Amino acid sequence: MTEAEIEALARAVRRDVIRMVAAAGSGHPGGSLSAADILAVLYSVVMRVDPARPDDPDRDRFILSKGHAAPALYAVLAERGYFAPSELLELRRVNSRLQGHPDMRKIPGVDASTGSLGQGLAIAAGLALAARVTGRDYQVYTLLGDGETAEGMVWEAAMAAAHYRLDNLTAIVDVNGLQIDGRTADVMNPAPLDAKWEAFGWQVVETDGHDPGALLAALAVAMRTRGGPTVILAHTVKGKGVSFMENRAEWHGKAPNAEQTALALAELEGGAA
Amino acid sequence: MTENIATRDAYGQELLALGAEDPRVVALDADLSGSTKTSLFARAYPERFFNMGIAEQDMMGFAAGLAAGGLIPFASTFAIFAAGRALEPIRNSIAYPRLNVKIAATHAGLTVGEDGASHQALEDVAWLRAVPHMTVLAPADAVETRLVVRAAAARAGPVYIRLGRPAVPVLFGADYRFEIGRMNVLREGRDAVIVANGLMVAAALQAAEILAAEGIEAAVLNGASVKPLDTETLLFWAARAGAVVTAEEHSIIGGLGSAVAEALGEGCPVPLERVGVRDCFGESGQPDALLAKYGLTPAAVAAAARAAVARKK
Repeated sequence: MTEAEIEALARAVRRDVIRMVAAAGSGHPGGSLSAADILAVLYSVVMRVDPARPDDPDRDRFILSKGHAAPALYAVLAERGYFAPSELLELRRVNSRLQGHPDMRKIPGVDASTGSLGQGLAIAAGLALAARVTGRDYQVYTLLGDGETAEGMVWEAAMAAAHYRLDNLTAIVDVNGLQIDGRTADVMNPAPLDAKWEAFGWQVVETDGHDPGALLAALAVAMRTRGGPTVILAHTVKGKGVSFMENRAEWHGKAPNAEQTALALAELEGGAA
Repeated sequence: MTENIATRDAYGQELLALGAEDPRVVALDADLSGSTKTSLFARAYPERFFNMGIAEQDMMGFAAGLAAGGLIPFASTFAIFAAGRALEPIRNSIAYPRLNVKIAATHAGLTVGEDGASHQALEDVAWLRAVPHMTVLAPADAVETRLVVRAAAARAGPVYIRLGRPAVPVLFGADYRFEIGRMNVLREGRDAVIVANGLMVAAALQAAEILAAEGIEAAVLNGASVKPLDTETLLFWAARAGAVVTAEEHSIIGGLGSAVAEALGEGCPVPLERVGVRDCFGESGQPDALLAKYGLTPAAVAAAARAAVARKK
């Protein structure tokens, strides 16, 4: 898959996100849009997964620690063929498989149930450790929010993953700089993220979280690294691709109205994401 | 003379045995392996033992991941830290997705002893019993503990096993059987029913002797399987005797006493007296002195039975 095709997938994911959240009348567009390129890169060329065999014990795993970006995860799974894209509009409805936050028992391709922030890294690390115990050769990827790193459990898991030298584990932080209550730097400043992760024993790679080529290069570094885990600090724009949502904290967890939805879809139609 | 063995010791032995039988069994601890007895497993199977340090929430997250990777993790620490500190990761990362994690929590109840209230879990059964998909087991002695650990390993999904610090009498023989969701009838009686678990089973059996000397025949049921609760056996004996007592080393709020009260209220409303810690924290002291002070004795169970019998219409 070419970078242009990855970009096209990311655009499709963004359009799906807007349609899903609009149809549901609630959800988290901002952090879903910031994560769209990361998910598109992972599910198009990086992860060894087969949508027809979502339970393959040798598959690579992805855990959405920032579970509120579920619309983006569902969209990329549907676009890759794990289930029908027509189901996407059932997000957040009663009796739907598409829960507001990911449920691994309902949707094929979801590798952990998440939503309560701070827990995905520990689950991912446990899965990475399980590969060692069971003699399997798979990679585990997890995506965290930068605001999420205020959770203490993130750093418990970071310490343990380095202690157990989990080099099949890659964490990606979606550094969009915003959280519900405002700028992450104002709410609870996580800076310096690079020095923190380094101090916890991780290899740190900084990259543009919207550039497929840069993300691929960063993930290649993580894949090559032996002896310990890698974190990719992916610098992103919250609400990326929809002008009136970009860098606006109020779009963390709000659905667009009909007019805004039309405007957002027009911006995402065909053009560069 | 009766042999005394701590249920945590029996757990350590059975975990070791499971480790030999099933390569999927792994163990985690949070810097208390010498106390929880996972150290036995750690010595035998170092490649399958993971000390997570003093980080109980992280331990539960790792356990979830190990289970998602096809293993059968046993995660151990003191009950207050397992069920208390890590409750929400257990709920969201283990129970909600029904992952195959076994939480073996030791040092439950007052008999932690001298460490005092901060370390005495008196609410853990209440916390875990309220979580969907969770099985909650509180064995009475070393024999039952080994059967409980084995049953937990064989059961798909999350299980909480409540274990104690002190050596307690071995009550059961080699022919004893345990089944999740079944109450064992340890003694029959037509005047009252005592439902107990953990170390209060021994107290209940002694209370039944005291009562028998007074002409009150009390049945004793083992409520080791707090969830699922064997309501069929409970209701049968409750209807027959018409008076029920519960006895547990736990708060009277939310534990075995509450589970029995719920079942009786819906299925067989008869007088009920609950023996347990009465909505307060514990304190430092020798285990036996604490059990005496907080009313967890055979005499207290017998008194509760007399009170329940007296309330019969």
